[in-house]
Amino acid sequence: MKKSILATALVAGSFALQASAQQITVVNFGGANANAQKKAYYEPFEKTGTKVVPVEYNGEQAKIKAMVETKKVTWDVVEVESPDVARGCDEGLFEKIDWSKVGNKADFQPAAVTDCGVGIFVWSTVMAYNGEKIKDRPTSWADFWDLKKYPGKRGMRKGARYNLEFALMADGVKPADVYKVLATKEGADRAFKKLTELKPHIQWWEAGAQPPQFLVAGDVALTTAYNGRISAAQREGKYLQVAWYGGIYDLDYWVIPKGTPNKDAAYKFIHFASEADNQAKYAEEISYGPTNSKALGKLHPKILANLPTSPQNAKDAVQFNVKFWADQGEELEKRFASWVAQ
Amino acid sequence: MSTALVSPAIGLPEPKALQRSLARAERRRKLRAFSLTVPLLVFLLLTFLVPIAALLKRAVENPEVANALPRTVVALEGWNRQDLPSPEAFAAFSADLAALPDTSDAGALARRLNSAVAGGRSLVMGTYRAQPMKGTPAEVKAQMLALDERWGELKYWQAIAKNASRWTPDYLLASVDLRRNAAGEVERMPEDQRAFGRILLRTFHISAVVTLVCLLLGYPLAYWLSTLPARKANVLMILVLVPFWTSILVRIAAWIVLLQSAGLVNRALQAAGLIDQPLQLLFNRTGVVIAMVHILLPYMVLPLYSVMKSVPPTYLRAAVSLGSTPLAAFFRVYVPQTYPGIGAGALLVFIMAIGYYVTPALLGGADDQMLSYYIAQYTNVNINWGMACGLGALLLAATLLLYGLYRRIGKSELSLG
Repeated sequence: MKKSILATALVAGSFALQASAQQITVVNFGGANANAQKKAYYEPFEKTGTKVVPVEYNGEQAKIKAMVETKKVTWDVVEVESPDVARGCDEGLFEKIDWSKVGNKADFQPAAVTDCGVGIFVWSTVMAYNGEKIKDRPTSWADFWDLKKYPGKRGMRKGARYNLEFALMADGVKPADVYKVLATKEGADRAFKKLTELKPHIQWWEAGAQPPQFLVAGDVALTTAYNGRISAAQREGKYLQVAWYGGIYDLDYWVIPKGTPNKDAAYKFIHFASEADNQAKYAEEISYGPTNSKALGKLHPKILANLPTSPQNAKDAVQFNVKFWADQGEELEKRFASWVAQ
Repeated sequence: MSTALVSPAIGLPEPKALQRSLARAERRRKLRAFSLTVPLLVFLLLTFLVPIAALLKRAVENPEVANALPRTVVALEGWNRQDLPSPEAFAAFSADLAALPDTSDAGALARRLNSAVAGGRSLVMGTYRAQPMKGTPAEVKAQMLALDERWGELKYWQAIAKNASRWTPDYLLASVDLRRNAAGEVERMPEDQRAFGRILLRTFHISAVVTLVCLLLGYPLAYWLSTLPARKANVLMILVLVPFWTSILVRIAAWIVLLQSAGLVNRALQAAGLIDQPLQLLFNRTGVVIAMVHILLPYMVLPLYSVMKSVPPTYLRAAVSLGSTPLAAFFRVYVPQTYPGIGAGALLVFIMAIGYYVTPALLGGADDQMLSYYIAQYTNVNINWGMACGLGALLLAATLLLYGLYRRIGKSELSLG
């Protein structure tokens, strides 16, 4: 008994020692993306002498809020989605970024530079299909709504976000005008009305891993999906394809929760992960576009063709409007809950 | 009790003193017995009652506007809410924003107003960043209108005036699809914002179906187990309990493998020639009910089994020997004796089902989500904890109401065997 207590104490002690040596906790969304981050960022960064402890979460900002409010911050760098960067920044959950410690602002895509967040990568919500089953490739959101041409179910994300934009594009709104239309009461009505046409044929998905599964299993003919998940399936030998027209691209950001004791190490990590070489390595692992523009030049054309940031794919894409969703999100999501129950 | 023991005894010099010392001893005994339950009481208080009280408090708390905008609240007192407020109110709002000690206070205010009126967030944050504004009230008003023309709309001012008090019924009202209009009268939500009534009904409906299926499956199983010799029954009981020992996510993943279009169930049915097209068993109500029944079945079987174990088999035999048919004897003699088990099992399953979250989220479609899904959405996605607590209070009230109903109809204490 005594021995085991001693052993526990020793183990605990050695953990404490490690903790006092350089160590940071980096929080990500798990899955293929986490693996790519591990290879491109965490493992090379550890060679500089700071241990990286990866933690997975599901984007729950409540956890960060609770940490910051109780002043017990144990996360040092967190990957968050764009709506949460702006909101968390407003509410004082994140440190204001000192860009001199990150890199040269001009090297980054404009959207990657914000007060509290440093853009990690560009990802896109797009239309995807199984190339083995559909030969006549769909090219627009109107095709997604065309049940005669492409019979079968449609996969869509559970919720209002993205789906309302897609519905408007299917109804003939140009990608550039989507948010202008959606901001009006009539525009929102129009989007919901268009969505109603498809309602009986929708199979809803919750997690990003589901749409490629639906396609491979043949459950749906067409689906919305995160482009990185489709390219991950392609790497596994599945013949899944992306239709880029009217995709909605967005960024994920690194943030530093306010009050972390390892702020310096956190900046070092973000600086490391923002360097062009490392971002290029990351894009080779998963098809998300680098935020450091210099990384694009280091990539093979084959890899570029699958990135949301390549000129050809970005041509008819819509940038996700964070401000619109921060303002209207709660009301539209509630309207969605009401719509779906009818 | 103790006093009855001490009748005014004959021959005892001081009956009063004896009475006192006896009472003291009794008190000490009670205190000791009570002190044994103290750890449990403290535990329950800390882990159960305090959080529930905090939840209920948060459902009516509304400190953001009152904290951040003290001057505006005063300036808006007596405002008729029909015309744009006075320039003094504009100036007071601007002064309040300029006086906020930290961005996070403005953020909290912006979040609160945004959940009252969509768009409030960008309006408040934009104005906050433009502070300080100088000049006479009329000049400040002009500056604010120039900065954002939405300041000329009534709804934002009405939202501020409505949320001026530290306590609000709004979250609770919204959880039953009601709201207060600008004049403070309670009215129904507009059609496209009415959701929670239907979601609550859906929650009850799914839970009721799950309870019924559990009962139909669990009753014969429990009956069979209760007729087996103890050793065999114990082995089979382990099989009933196995689901308890597997992680809920593992079980859900297993159901996805089994139920998908090209899954085991569909392929077996197609091979047997029973169906031509694969059945849609996943990402709809069917999948949710199947998986929930699987998880909750033990909670039905255990109370049923323990009650059935105590029903003597002789009654059934007596009924048959008196001329009843076996079936009639079963339903008229045996089943009524197992009512306590049915009641306890059904209540247990139903109340647990009401709070389900993970299973419908992963196996259901958008219209199979139960109330907990929306509570999680407000907690994690919208960070509107007041609304989350309002919905939590609704769920709690519905559960208590049902339990009360059960007590009244069942006229029996909840017995879990």
